[in-house]
Amino acid sequence: MALQVLLNFFLASVWMFMTESFTPAGFAIGYLVGLLLIVVMRRFFTYRLYTSRIWAVISLFFLFLKELILSSISVFKLVIQPRLNIRPAIFELETELKHDWEITLLSALITLTPGTLVVAISDDQKKLYIHAIDFDDIEDAVQSIKTTFERAIMEVSRP
Amino acid sequence: MVTTVINVFIILLIGTGVLFSAVTALGLVRLPDVYTRTHAASKSATLGVLCVLAGVFLHFWFKEDHFNPQLIIAIAFLFITSPVSGHLIGRASYVAGIKLAEETVRDDLKGVLGPEAKTDEKK
Repeated sequence: MALQVLLNFFLASVWMFMTESFTPAGFAIGYLVGLLLIVVMRRFFTYRLYTSRIWAVISLFFLFLKELILSSISVFKLVIQPRLNIRPAIFELETELKHDWEITLLSALITLTPGTLVVAISDDQKKLYIHAIDFDDIEDAVQSIKTTFERAIMEVSRP
Repeated sequence: MVTTVINVFIILLIGTGVLFSAVTALGLVRLPDVYTRTHAASKSATLGVLCVLAGVFLHFWFKEDHFNPQLIIAIAFLFITSPVSGHLIGRASYVAGIKLAEETVRDDLKGVLGPEAKTDEKK
């Protein structure tokens, strides 16, 4: 991925030298032309196009914003109830993510979503121990994390 | 017309921010134990500060014609650091053996981390 970005910058600078326009606009046009060339030549790269990874990062960001707002509202409702009927629990979640940065990102996202807090990560980095402020069903909580955040992170890190 | 929309937007953002900060303070008082309080302190507060900062950013951008990137950077830094601090407070209190609230339904971490796990190692 980094190679493709570097190549795109190189093509843009080549374009600037060829057209003798050393301006931001010239760079932008050269970058677009280089992007077009990279798209045309995509079958010579071992990995997928870097634009799809950038798209995955953007969609992960918006997924996170949506989850943040939805669960903030649910915690808001929980706290302002006249009678507190919360049922906290610590449950474990087996993760399929491998790299350190993926697990860090997943636990940061889980922690930032109100209602769940990562308390510990097991030594072999296979299980996350999550404290939930009010949970009804473990299967539901695990499934919702797996289908939203974990899948989106996998989509980013896929080669 | 545009100024009205911007004004409404700014007021909404700062209003939500203040509301969430108030809920954080309320949660700190009402919730039963350390872990549930960490929930309130580390997240609703983050969202509240985020909303207030975004509102201030929009106000200075559209009202005073001053684009201030430091506010954006502050939002990003808050989002990076607050989950780490929440995690560390929770983990440290579990290792120190602070008890969960009575309402707690289930504890998968028991015996893995904390005082009981340490006594197991000594045996």
